[in-house]
Amino acid sequence: MSSPDAHVVIVGAGHAGGTLAALLRQYGHPGKITLVGTEPIPPYQRPPLSKAWLKGEADADSLALKPLEFYGDNGIDFRPSVTATAINRGDRTVALSDGSSVAYDALVLATGARAIKLPLEGADLKGLLELRTAADAEALKAALGPGKTIAIVGGGYIGLEAAASSRALGADAVVIEREPRLLARVACETLSTFFQDYHEKHGVRFELGATVNGFEGRDGHVTGVKLADGRTIACDYALIGVGAHPNDELAREAGLDVARGVVVDLEARTSDPAIFAIGDVAHRPMPIYDRMFRMESVPNALEQAKQAACAITGRPAPAGEVPWQWSDQYDLKLQIAGYAFDVDQILLRGDPASGKFAIFHLAGDKVQSVEAINSPPEFMMGRMLIGNRKSVNIDKLADPTVSMKEVAA
Amino acid sequence: MAKITYIEHDGAEHVIDVKNGLTVMEGAVKNNVPGIDADCGGACACATCHVYVDAAWEGKTGEKSAMEESMLDFAENVEPNSRLSCQIKVSDALDGLVVRMPESQH
Repeated sequence: MSSPDAHVVIVGAGHAGGTLAALLRQYGHPGKITLVGTEPIPPYQRPPLSKAWLKGEADADSLALKPLEFYGDNGIDFRPSVTATAINRGDRTVALSDGSSVAYDALVLATGARAIKLPLEGADLKGLLELRTAADAEALKAALGPGKTIAIVGGGYIGLEAAASSRALGADAVVIEREPRLLARVACETLSTFFQDYHEKHGVRFELGATVNGFEGRDGHVTGVKLADGRTIACDYALIGVGAHPNDELAREAGLDVARGVVVDLEARTSDPAIFAIGDVAHRPMPIYDRMFRMESVPNALEQAKQAACAITGRPAPAGEVPWQWSDQYDLKLQIAGYAFDVDQILLRGDPASGKFAIFHLAGDKVQSVEAINSPPEFMMGRMLIGNRKSVNIDKLADPTVSMKEVAA
Repeated sequence: MAKITYIEHDGAEHVIDVKNGLTVMEGAVKNNVPGIDADCGGACACATCHVYVDAAWEGKTGEKSAMEESMLDFAENVEPNSRLSCQIKVSDALDGLVVRMPESQH
């Protein structure tokens, strides 16, 4: 496929699409590359938007994956502020929102996911924010400061990171979560309790098991979040962080296989061999768990960019990976490896009260996933054990005086 | 501004002018220098920006934090002069710095 005139068109200029464009050049792809992005700026890192950037510890230059001139210098036709509107698989073209049409030899869908909106009364008020793009983060940053109260709907990672950053900027934060505990879908109870305590010590308030009924406003601007129990949580702004939905409409309309995202194989190839899908939009196989699922993480975006770049340039596929992700809140570094599938035992190593511990999720004597707080050895060795499927000695793993190197030996 | 020489494992050299305030990792990644992956973008969370600092520069690149030390402890092919390049801030004092890359970051 990597003939000199092969044109790779990448739709979506986020972390996955931007990385793929650069990797194709690194891997020696000689043909044309077109990178189409809805946002007005070149690809950037999203994770710092709720962390270092929000606290003012990183600037726009450091967020950018590459400087703008990189694209021109490397023969990548970067088209900002343009959205793909349709794929014509018959003549291999993509229609764009500026009225033009681009012919492709390989098409890569890297369209990401969008924040889920709450279809509730008052949802069109000003001051209701979400956190997905740099523009969203600008609006959030402008809203935060001493004397301001932000209501955060959704006690997931985005909500908790935003709460920690809000406190760092002097704003009051109230997190409203529908489930009886934080991180209910993604973490075990020990971790939920630990994060709640830690945030409460930093002055964050929580409303757990609380259903949001709508938003109150004055002069078109939000003033409070209405709960099902009749109370209203007063706020100056509300951040909605209740999950994301894959931008898979282009693929659906083009007749590609779509499940909870665009279905791909280990080369990131869709049901049409000329079309790939990578990053948050892809529903992909994960051999170590013998499953297919969709992931929203930077490491997944990078891995699938590598898979597609290898397939397009004819390189051997990258070795299988162990998925991982991280979160920074206050002085806590959470590193997670793997997913807790088929787990029959949850094992705590270390003492949460010390602010340094890890939770291992086991299937028999195999590690399925690990959540490590300020504990790089547990994360690094845990990730290795998930990948190599080695049996572990549970007693040693539970004993923090036995080093992780010995546990993994 | 500092001129930094990045040497890939196969010997390929890349000489890059890196702005003060960026990290040695960012100098490589933003210029598409292969061999430094930096999956986490500089959060000291992944150990995929591992480099060997040239002996002449070891004293000038700053101290390792406990987190960096701990992450490096579990990276592959670690040597006494190993660093995570996302933790080295560039300044005029690093003009001429030479770093080498390991065979793999994973």
